[in-house]
Amino acid sequence: MNSKLFLGLMIVGTFMFVAAPVMIAQAPYESTMGLIQKIFYFHVPAWFAMFLAVFVCGVSSALYLFRKNPVADRLAESAAEIAVLFGVIGLTTGPLWARKAWGVWWTWDPRLTMALILEMIFLAYLLLRWYGGPGSDKLAAGLGLFAMANVPFVYISVNVWRTIHPTTNVVPSLATSAPGMFVPFVWCMVAFLILFIVMLAARTRLEEKRAEVEQLYLSLEDV
Amino acid sequence: MCKDLRIESRSWEMISTIVFFAASCVLVFSFALVREGRPIEGVAPGIIWISVAFAGTLGLGRAFERERHYDALRGLMMAPVERSAIFSGKLLGILLLMGITELIIVSVVALMFQVTLFERPLYLIALLVTGTVGFASVGTLFAAMLVRTRSRGVLLPVLLYPITIPVLIAGVGGTFALIQADPNLDLVRFWIATMVFFDVVFLTLALWTFELVMTE
Repeated sequence: MNSKLFLGLMIVGTFMFVAAPVMIAQAPYESTMGLIQKIFYFHVPAWFAMFLAVFVCGVSSALYLFRKNPVADRLAESAAEIAVLFGVIGLTTGPLWARKAWGVWWTWDPRLTMALILEMIFLAYLLLRWYGGPGSDKLAAGLGLFAMANVPFVYISVNVWRTIHPTTNVVPSLATSAPGMFVPFVWCMVAFLILFIVMLAARTRLEEKRAEVEQLYLSLEDV
Repeated sequence: MCKDLRIESRSWEMISTIVFFAASCVLVFSFALVREGRPIEGVAPGIIWISVAFAGTLGLGRAFERERHYDALRGLMMAPVERSAIFSGKLLGILLLMGITELIIVSVVALMFQVTLFERPLYLIALLVTGTVGFASVGTLFAAMLVRTRSRGVLLPVLLYPITIPVLIAGVGGTFALIQADPNLDLVRFWIATMVFFDVVFLTLALWTFELVMTE
């Protein structure tokens, strides 16, 4: 990624994250849940970013497998790490809210279960990356591809249990029903999106440099 | 595959150890889940599928063990046959092994937990076959990929279980619906259909990626 663009995004992102708490504090209280509802401004964007990361990881894994493009490999690894990170944010904020709203930290609701399974898959992916040894890049690419293909199956299989999670169509209706909530929500959504892009770019670049250093060492040994 | 079968039929090593492992698995669950001589209700499907998954992992871990010595895998890869044929051969071997093991597991569970598993044998077989194919096709690919890595023994279940959770949910859900006094056959059919879809998608993906990941 272009370094000017990266810097610009970083500045915008920082500004948005600094401003986010102010906007969230000013947003109106939800009538039944009150204060606790405000966790959504971070909870939903975190999951959104995670699903994006899962998608990026799956697609670039496939690209690496079929095209042998090393850039795609680095992208996949970075995306997987970010997926785990945002998953942890989602899995932390979720139970905090659930304790207040449902009275329990955890229930076997489809969405929660699915999120947990995805988190597990990507943790397994990272374990493979760390401890797989030589050749683990291809295995990881296979796993990334399988993980993406698995998403609809996990979705269907866990959905046959009944759901108590607030449905996603709450969000579009916010625009008309509660504009005071909608603006900070979209704000946070964009902020997390920028954070995702910045982190992905930085992480991929780190991996790129690492490969470069390795190449330099190898050429040094040849001399 | 013929070679594996021939070795197997002479030594009976894999089949006997894995069947025994599956039986002891069921036994361990029995001790954990039987209170005062009576099993807790509704645990039988879970026990069946967990035992299948455990025994399957054990079998998969050993599937490429023979090839690991003397670099035989490279020889196999250089053989003038399609890579997918090698995959299919291994998969069929695993399926056969898991099929025999499932026969034992189901009989032991039916015997020990007093469940009516054999009322509708065709549905039960359909559940087991679709579930096993899904589990084994993902598992064979992962086992093959992991042959060359150091910590393959631990990594195989670590990678395999999260991916095959849909199979496990579907298998347990389907079996549970089947053994009720008034079985909900629509639900059973739904779970079988889900697993058939899973099988088709992942078998295709596995055949497709096997060639790519097995190249040096």
